[in-house]
Amino acid sequence: MVSIRDMPKEELLLPGHAACPGCGAMIALRYALKALGKRTIMCVPACCTSVIQGLYPHTSIAVPVLNIAFAAAASTASGISAGLKARNVEDVTVLAWAGDGGTYDIGIQALSGAAERGDDIIYACYDNNAYGNTGIQRSGATPYGAWTTTTPTGKKEHRKPLELIMLEHNIPYVATACSAFPDDLYMKFKKARKIKGPRFILILSPCPIAWRFPSWSTVEIGKLAVKSGAWVLWEYHNGKLEFTGWSKLIAEGKLKKIPVIEYLKHQGRFKPILKDEKAINEIERRINDYWKFMKALKEALK
Amino acid sequence: MVKDHIILPVSKPTEGSMGKTGLWRTFRPVINYDKCVKCLLCWFYCPDIAIKIRDDGYPEIDYCYCKGCGICWHECKVKAISFVREGEEVG
Repeated sequence: MVSIRDMPKEELLLPGHAACPGCGAMIALRYALKALGKRTIMCVPACCTSVIQGLYPHTSIAVPVLNIAFAAAASTASGISAGLKARNVEDVTVLAWAGDGGTYDIGIQALSGAAERGDDIIYACYDNNAYGNTGIQRSGATPYGAWTTTTPTGKKEHRKPLELIMLEHNIPYVATACSAFPDDLYMKFKKARKIKGPRFILILSPCPIAWRFPSWSTVEIGKLAVKSGAWVLWEYHNGKLEFTGWSKLIAEGKLKKIPVIEYLKHQGRFKPILKDEKAINEIERRINDYWKFMKALKEALK
Repeated sequence: MVKDHIILPVSKPTEGSMGKTGLWRTFRPVINYDKCVKCLLCWFYCPDIAIKIRDDGYPEIDYCYCKGCGICWHECKVKAISFVREGEEVG
C-alpha cells in the first residue's frame, strides 16, 4: 500500500474539467494517470470522459488522447500498440478508458478480440452502472432493482459479471477497483503498467447523478459498496487470485460484512425496491453467490 | 497540388478547459487551519484537483475550480472543513 504522502504530486488531469461535482470517475482517472505517468496514450470512446475533457481547442487531460467511436476503444488501442511496436517504442503505455456502456454492451467484441490477440494494452472500464452521459439509461452493468430512465420500476435482471468474462480470456492481469479507494486503484495500475499483454481493470465509480445521492457522498457510497460485499476488490496475476483492501479483510473474517440494505438505502435509484423484502433478499443472495464463487476460485487457483 | 501536411483538430492541455468551473458552486468548503492536521485526505479525494498543497504542508482550496461537491468536507476526519452557502460567512 502507498500512503497519501508518498503519492506523486504531479497531476495529469488538470482542474477545470467538465465533470459533474462529486464525480467518482474523475477520482479514478486522476489516480490512474498518476500511476501510469506521462508516457501514456489514451483511447476514449463515447463516454463521460469524452465530454469531461472540455471544448476544442482545450483539453483537461495532459497526455495524448484519441476520441473514437463507441465500439472501437480496444481495437484502436490495439492499433496504437502495434504502431508503437513497429517503431520500437517500448516505454509507452496504451490505455483504453471506457465507460460501462462502451465496455459491457457496445465495446465487448473489440475488447474480447484484443484479449484474444494478446495485444499490449491496458483496458480500464469505469463503471457507473448506467449510460450516465446520455441521461441514465440501463446498461449491462446496472444492478438488480436499480432505477434508470428505461427501467422505471427497477431493473429485473442482474448485472453481467464482465470481470469474470475477462478472467476466462486467460489474460495476464485482471483486477477490480473502486473510486473510494484511490490508493488501491493506484497500486493496481502501477502493477498493470509493468506487465506485458492485455490487462483489464474494472473500476466501480459512484455517480451522484445516476445513483441519486448527494455529491459529497461519492466516497462514502463507494466504501459502503465494498463493505456490504456488493463490490469485491480482487486482482488476478500470475495465475493467482488475491482479494485486496477491505475485501481481503472480509474474506479473512477480520471485517464483518454489513447488510446490503445499508448500501442501498443511501441511493435514490433503489427506491422502487427498498420496501420489497423479496428483491432485497434476491440482491443478498446474488452477493453471497458471488462471494462463494470467488472464494472457490481462489482456492482452485492456489 | 498535393498538400504536404494535414491539419488535425488537436486540443492542447489547459487548466480550465471549461472555464472557471468554480462558478458552478452553490456551497463552498472553508478550511479552518486551527483544526487542520495536514492529513491531506481532502487533497486525496478531490475529483476536481481544486485542492493544492502549500509549501508548509497545509492544503489550500482553489476557488477558481472548486465545484463545491463537498467530498472534502464529508471526508475530513477532524471536521476542519465547513460547508457554507455561497455569499454567507462561516459560523
